[in-house]
Parts: sequence; structure tokens; C-alpha cells
Amino acid sequence: MSDPKRYVRPYGDTTGDGMIQTSFTLPIPFGPKADGAAQQLANKMGMDPAMVVHSHPIGDDFTFFVVYGSVKHLVDLDEVKVVEREYPLLTPAEVNTTLKKVLRRKLVVVGGCIGTDAHTVGIDAILNIKGFAGEKGLEYYRELKVVNLGAQVSVPELVRRARTEKADAVLISQVVTQRDAHILNTQEMSAAFREAMGDKRPLLVAGGPRFDPLMAAELGVDRVFSRGTTPGEVASYLVHAMQEKKGVAA
Amino acid sequence: MALLDLDPKVVATARALAARAAEPVVSIAKAHTTVAVERATLRLAGITGADSTHRAGDVPWVNRVIDTVREQCGLEHGVVLPAFHALRENNLGTLTELAEATAAGQIQFKIPAGKELTAAKKAATSAVAKGIRTVDRNRAQRDKLITKLGDPAQRPWIYLIVATGDIDEDVVQAQNAARAGADIIAVIRSTGQSLLDYVPEGATHHGFAGTYATQENFRIMRAALDDVSKEVGRYVRLTNYASGLCMPEIAVLAGLQRLDMMLNDSMYGILFRDINPIRTFVDQRFSRQVHARAGIIINTGEDNYLTTADAVEAAHTVTVSQLLNEHFAHEAGLPDHLLGLGHAFEINPKVPDSFRLELAHALLARELFPDAPLKWMPPTKHMTGDVFNGYLLDGFFNLAGVLTGQSILLVGMMTEAVVTPFLSDRDLALQNVRYVLNAAGSLAEDFRPAPDGLIVKRAHQVLGEAVDLLERIVDDGLLNAIADGTFGLMKRPADQGKGADGVVEKADGYFNPASEMLEAAR
Repeated sequence: MSDPKRYVRPYGDTTGDGMIQTSFTLPIPFGPKADGAAQQLANKMGMDPAMVVHSHPIGDDFTFFVVYGSVKHLVDLDEVKVVEREYPLLTPAEVNTTLKKVLRRKLVVVGGCIGTDAHTVGIDAILNIKGFAGEKGLEYYRELKVVNLGAQVSVPELVRRARTEKADAVLISQVVTQRDAHILNTQEMSAAFREAMGDKRPLLVAGGPRFDPLMAAELGVDRVFSRGTTPGEVASYLVHAMQEKKGVAA
Repeated sequence: MALLDLDPKVVATARALAARAAEPVVSIAKAHTTVAVERATLRLAGITGADSTHRAGDVPWVNRVIDTVREQCGLEHGVVLPAFHALRENNLGTLTELAEATAAGQIQFKIPAGKELTAAKKAATSAVAKGIRTVDRNRAQRDKLITKLGDPAQRPWIYLIVATGDIDEDVVQAQNAARAGADIIAVIRSTGQSLLDYVPEGATHHGFAGTYATQENFRIMRAALDDVSKEVGRYVRLTNYASGLCMPEIAVLAGLQRLDMMLNDSMYGILFRDINPIRTFVDQRFSRQVHARAGIIINTGEDNYLTTADAVEAAHTVTVSQLLNEHFAHEAGLPDHLLGLGHAFEINPKVPDSFRLELAHALLARELFPDAPLKWMPPTKHMTGDVFNGYLLDGFFNLAGVLTGQSILLVGMMTEAVVTPFLSDRDLALQNVRYVLNAAGSLAEDFRPAPDGLIVKRAHQVLGEAVDLLERIVDDGLLNAIADGTFGLMKRPADQGKGADGVVEKADGYFNPASEMLEAAR
């Protein structure tokens, strides 16, 4: 007997009904034929039965649809792979005391947005004392020294500053994803650190709303944080990683 | 009608303090020039095109000339004297020919004296005057088209963004947006353009999260909007961005191609792009003088502060920045009706009474700047990817906009922070605006906040905090305040930041016919 919770379906208002809603636009004029086309697409997407509950024209050449329907698919939870947090969440006080004990000096964090990305929202949410989601940013932690390089930092500049600041960890943020800029920039960054510093390189952490935490290896970084990450999670991770590092070194 | 009962004495104090805070910075701006100001001047004098054979890719001719002049005789006297002297000495017809000869290493620049100086001044003045005349003609043409086609039927004007990276796609999207009700089209620039120390050339098709601002792209889009303006029976305005390292040049190109609005903030580049403060203040002054001449409405960037700082705690920094932007703009010759001072709906929706606080802040801006076409910016920071919630928030943003008499409404997208907007996102967003305008467009008529209610009290409090902060800025100096992280929590020392090496102190014999004409016109 398998776990009854291994397989699940979307829940509308009854267990197992499989109900979802979706919306999309087709490049065809509004009318019955358009509704039929939307119906066909929904069926092909696995929605059966599918109800086109709303459609309206956008200009002469496009039609927008809202579709409700039941999907046939099952989710197999055993096949779902995600990065589970393997370290405990610490309070700022716990972060400070642990770091003091492990390092006996401040942990240096250098952060910025690399490439042409000018969106500092992410890095600022993590680093600025203001913080995010009610948690104070890393600048608030007494045992962390934070150097926020801001926007559009070049990779050589980041490496240079990481070296002069003797950074323990480098945090980079990437928001713009056009043509996979976030992936390419991060790979360029990790390659530069490997080349410049080899095994002595700082801990590399990448963050951004469109990153998948499973991509760490592909990106050449130690950790990837995605949408909704709070400063406390990052700080806790840094402590955990430092402990691991010390453990290996000892 | 005044609803907040602001004390005129406090308002006058706030303005006087802003003027005092700005004064030393204006003096610095007058005493310096920058590579960008000099390039803008040569562009007004008619230089165009780029060196496509350079190994660094297309380098605009104007950059080649400025860089060489700077190497050979410095920019302390301005670029036009050595440039127009060299033109005459080498019997060259145009500045572009001069640039080609410069690139070939055939030109030796020097500062002329005596009769040669008089001749160079005369030639430069006549060339720059031609550029200014084009700007003037464009302004007259805009006025003519507005008379003929008309302004939007309603306030606020509806402002929509396109950002595909490809100017040809932008044209399709912009024309469709205008047909769907947009009064203003803004073409967002490619990420990173603000830090290019040159303006790219020609029509472009490969931007990142936006389309490069180039003279040719400006021309293409303005022509497309002229076409659609006729079709929809109202003059559709075009917006771009005079920010970053090329503020003055982009301002000139906007004037030459009849753009109608430009993002132009006195401190945005410093705070959010880490551009050197002195460079920014020199560049923004010249660029605003050009905008004033071109009749272009500037849009300031106060909304940005609230994306980094908390929208309640930092509300007064917006007011302070608006007052500073107003002063810098007036000083550069921009009248109130061209001041699109910015502010935004960025309070965390989980804060109790957040909507009332938004109304207080929006009304404060409205009553402090009654004649300015205020620009009202939609929520971005608290758009989480929950598009349903985001749609609701945008509805409240629209309602606050009509209720407080905002002039320019940037249409919020429920997919903010998720993807670049789908065609349907834009359509739904416009439906949201239309519904609110239709249902509550005249609600301001019935809206009387209680004299001792939260809205009025909050507005007074924010104004009070703004006055306190302005006092500290006057004591400390604006440049020090910026260095200390007063705005948007970013610390920007005056001697640091990008583009600092492009700032040049003017010599006694500095000559710039564009500056003289623009100053004289005020």
C-alpha cells in the first residue's frame, strides 16, 4: 500500500476534482471560433472537461480567455525534488554568538548586483538594515561586516573587492532574466572567483526571483536562494556554511 | 480646493530651505562642465553618426572628438572653441568630417586666441543656434498638433510602458496601447544604458529588458505615434529617460526628435546608479535647460526612494526630494506646468490604514505643487507574484489617483516583478483604470477628509518631518546628506561614483554657446 498522500490532484471545492483555472491570449479575432480554439488548447493541456468561462477581444487580432476545468494529471509527491533547508533557522542573537565562537572575528559579506542588472531590490532586501518581511537585513547583525556594492558591479570589481575586504561570503543578486542573463552572469562570476582564488574563494551565494535552488552546481555557486528568501535564512545559512568549513579544516 | 489646510508659512519655509540646500550645488554646477555636456553641445551643433570601424564597436563621432580634444588641450575652455577652430583651420565642411579626420589622427586641436578665437566663437554660435532652432520648431510643431488633435479627454493622463528591446516591436505595442487608451507611451531603456558613457547609434533591435535610447529610435517612435495620434484623435505623447551618464545628450536628442516627456531626476543617478554626485548635478542642470527650451515635461523619480526605504517612514524624504527637484527645475528655467514631480503608492498593504496613508501622501503632493502635472506611480514593491492580489492593489492605486487629482497615472501591471507584461496584462490593467475612472472619476468632488482625521494629520506630520529634514540638510550640506544615506538609504560620497573623471572645472575663458543661449532665454 502506498502512502495515501503520495498522489494528489488540484483541489477546487471537492477532494479529487482536479479543478484549475488558467487564462491566456490567442492571436485570433474574437468570436465563436476563438472560443472553440481556446477549448481545444485547454483539452490539449489536459483539462477535460474545460469551460471557457470568459473571452473578450483585445484589438482586432487577439482574444483573451479565462478557462476553468478539471485536469487528468496526478502529482506524485515521491518524485518531487526540492532543496530542503538542511540547517536550523537562527535568531540574530544566535547568529552573532555562533559566529563569535566559530570565527572569533566578524564574518565579512560582500554583496551586489552584477552585470548590467540595476535592480538592487533583492540584494537590498537581504543586506540593508531595513530588511524584508519584517526581518532586519544583514547589516543589523553585529558579527557581520556587510559591504554592499550596489548595482551594476562588474565581475572583476567584485573579485577585487572580495579580495581586499577578505570576504568570507559573496552574495550576488540577479533580477533581469532576459536571454538568461541571470544564469550567464552568475556563471561568469563563479568562474572568475575559481580562477582568481581557487579553493580559497569565498562562499558564493546567488539570489533572485527566477533562480531555482537546484541550480547551484550548474551556476558554480554554493547556494542559490529564490523568491521570498528572508535575511534570517541567509544569515542562518552563512553560519551553517562557516561551521561546515571550519569542521573540514579542523 | 485645499483640503489639508496646510500652513502657508510652513510651506514657504520648506521652499526656502530647499532653495538654501540647493544653492551651493547650483554654484558647483555652474562652475563645472562635463564630457556629456560638451558632447550635448556638439550634438546641438550638428554632429551625428558613429565610427563603425573602431575596434570597440560603434563609437559615436562626438565621443571621438571630445576624447581627443580633452587629450590634446583639455575641456576647461569647452569643446566648441578647439573644434570650430580646427574645422576652419583644416577647411572641413562639417563636424562629422572633422570627427573622421580626428579619428584618422589628422587633427591637432588647440585653444584659439585673438581673431581666431572670435571666428571660432562665431562659427560655433551659428551652428549651435541652428540646433536650438530645430528644438524650437519641434516645440511649435507639438503645440500645433495638440491644437489640431487635442489633449486627452480626461485627467489623469494614462501612461503606459513598452519595453521589448526591439524598436520595431515597440512600435506595434505602442500603437496598440494608444488605440487601447494610452495617452503617453514610455519606451523603457535597455538595462545598463544609464552607465554607458555614450549614446548608441541607429535603430536597435537587441535591448535587455528595454530598448536603447538612440536618436533614430526616438525618430521612429515619434513618427509612429504621430500616425496613431491622427487615428485616435488625440496627441499621444512620447517619453524616454534623460538619466545616467548621458543626461544632457539624451535631452538634446529628445529636443531634436520632439519627445514630449523625459524622466529627469536631480538625484536618481547618484542614489540608484552610483553616478558621481557632481557629474549628476552638472549634467541635470544642462539637461533641464534643454528640456525647458523644448517644452518637455520632466518626470522626477521619487517613487524610487520608496522601493528601497519604507514608504511610511520615508514619506517625508519624497517631499524633500520633490521640493529639491522643484527648485533645481525652476533654477534651470522649467515652469511649474512642465514639472511632473513623482510619487508612488508603495505602502505595505498589510499596514493598517495603508490606503488612508496613501491618500494623505498623495494629497500632500497635490496641494504642495498645485500647478505641477504630478506623476503617480503604481505599486511595485508589494507586488508579490500573486497577480490577483496585485490587480486589486492596482485598483486602489487608481482610485487614490483620481481621488487626489493626480495628473499622470502610470498604469500598474499585475505581473509587476513577474514577467514583462503580456498583451492581456496591459489590456486588463487598462480595464482597471477605465473602470475606476468611469465609476469614481469625479469622486474628488465629494471627498472632504475630516479636518482632524488621520489623512489631514498625517499630511501635516509628513510636511513637518520634511521641514525638519531640510533643516538638517541645510546645516549639513546637501552633498554630505547624500553621502550619509539620507535618501533611499544609499550612501554616496561626492568624490566617488561612476563618471567622476568626466567632470571638468571651467576655465575663465570657458565658452559654450548652448549654455549662453539657454541661460539667456530664462
